Amino acid sequence: MTTIHLQRANFWGGVITVLTILLALLWAFPLYWGVISSLKPEDEVVRPYIELWPETLTFSHYTTAIYDTQIVTWYINSIAVAVGVTVITIATSMLCGYALSQLKFPGRKALWWLILASFMVPTQALIINHFVLTSQLGLINTWAGIMLPQLIHPVIIIVYKQFFDQVPKDFREAAVMDNAGEFRILFKVYLPMNWGVTTALSIVTFIWTWNAFLWPFLSVTKTEMMTVPVGITQVNDAFGVYYARQLAAAVLAGLPVAVAYLLFQRKVTEAITLSAGIKG
Amino acid sequence: MLTNRRKDALVAAVLVAPFLAIYLLVFVWPTIQMFGISFTDAPLIGSGEWVGLDNYTRLDTDPRFRTAAWNTAYFVLLTVLPGTIVALLIALGVSRLKGRLQAAILALFFLPYILPVSVVYLIWDWVLNFQFGILMHVLDLLGLDRIPIMKTRDWFMPAVGVVTIWWTAGFSILLFLAGLRAIPPEIYEAAALDNAGRWTTFRRITWPLLWPVTSLVFTIQLIAQLKIFDQVYLFSQGGRPNDNMVLVYYVFQRAFQQDQGGRAAAVAVTLFVLVVVVSVLQFQLLRLAGGRK
Repeated sequence: MTTIHLQRANFWGGVITVLTILLALLWAFPLYWGVISSLKPEDEVVRPYIELWPETLTFSHYTTAIYDTQIVTWYINSIAVAVGVTVITIATSMLCGYALSQLKFPGRKALWWLILASFMVPTQALIINHFVLTSQLGLINTWAGIMLPQLIHPVIIIVYKQFFDQVPKDFREAAVMDNAGEFRILFKVYLPMNWGVTTALSIVTFIWTWNAFLWPFLSVTKTEMMTVPVGITQVNDAFGVYYARQLAAAVLAGLPVAVAYLLFQRKVTEAITLSAGIKG
Repeated sequence: MLTNRRKDALVAAVLVAPFLAIYLLVFVWPTIQMFGISFTDAPLIGSGEWVGLDNYTRLDTDPRFRTAAWNTAYFVLLTVLPGTIVALLIALGVSRLKGRLQAAILALFFLPYILPVSVVYLIWDWVLNFQFGILMHVLDLLGLDRIPIMKTRDWFMPAVGVVTIWWTAGFSILLFLAGLRAIPPEIYEAAALDNAGRWTTFRRITWPLLWPVTSLVFTIQLIAQLKIFDQVYLFSQGGRPNDNMVLVYYVFQRAFQQDQGGRAAAVAVTLFVLVVVVSVLQFQLLRLAGGRK
């Protein structure tokens, strides 16, 4: 009886596994299709039947995208903005998280609630006044302007506070005995013990910023100041549509974040689950 | 010599200051300003006359605002619950796999989530292309009529919903997997000893133990989808933006295309309040759920 039961369980278990794998392949198919189409000559792309593998493999759309569009400029903008936002956000969040975790000071509770409350704020609703602010500061069409409203990720402070809370008190006491100041304790004890979470948070902050659309789209009006995700959708060639070239540009736009994810899969998934409030 | 407490406070002030300065500048100040100009007839840049609640009362009879509110609600309906269910089913399937195979399969589901929205847009715009899209070839093979999906009013929102679920499911799958891993295997072993079937095991063990994660995934998505803009904007390019209007799009249109900062701010405040109310409800619900245990 039990063997039959087990066999049946194994059979259905196998079916579920196969279905999961097939669905995963189907799920990723549009990605495959986008990449493969970008490697076909334009006349092959528009053939009236499905061609799963290119007859002639070509990288010409990539060279065209790189040499004949402004994508290299957009790349530089995207990298500058994403690195800037990442460094500033991680640095300010780490300092603030450390203070919340290790120091007693007036207004600590209030600050904590302020940070929790900010989770509710839909930044999309603030676009009008972000624009007003940025233009008052004269930062429209600048890297600083694209960065400014993106410098706040309250969740990073919360993650840092949790991690600093977990550092055993003995370390702190030993450092205080040595007459070490707070900055020394933070940079020599707490930060080195939390390099893992720092790199994980940095990688996802970079990815979030690289991928941002709405604000970079609003705060830039000159094509040479656009970020990659904005540029590839807002600047079209004057002479018709080149599907394959557009897809090549899309692949180039997605490449840095896809590579970052594939290289640091663990770190990325860890940081994303942490930022959703779940211990990974 | 400073006392310890005062020294602590001083150090804390220095540590907190950079964050707090940015926070006040880009969160608090714009929020106050948004409420302020929503009572005026200000353009995007510059000040305007006080008009009281005019911008709000006008929303009531504004057909485009109605379209935007309705479409946003429709989009929430199309994505939140279906997205949660799809992610849960996939997570249950993926959690059966082991080791490298699991990592590889998870990566396939997760990869879209890591991509910028414009890449997602370009890929799907190509897949759904009326003349050359692969989906149209599939429709041909099935003997069905081709549909200009993103140019058809009835198909637009459902299609954007599908693309959005495809794009974001990886995130929810990840949370579900974390939740599934947290369930102790002994409980399943005990159930297996009792000869509990697959469905009973799911209903009696997995579902109740996973409930906190399920409600988290659900509410995160609910709040995210209320703020939909990017996909709708991109897929509406060269199409029918006014039919596909959603709330954030309407804020954008009023403020940036029609230069009516005040009227746009009234819509923004409405969205703001809506999201805050939903968030507070979510927080209370999660607390209730936490308190019951």
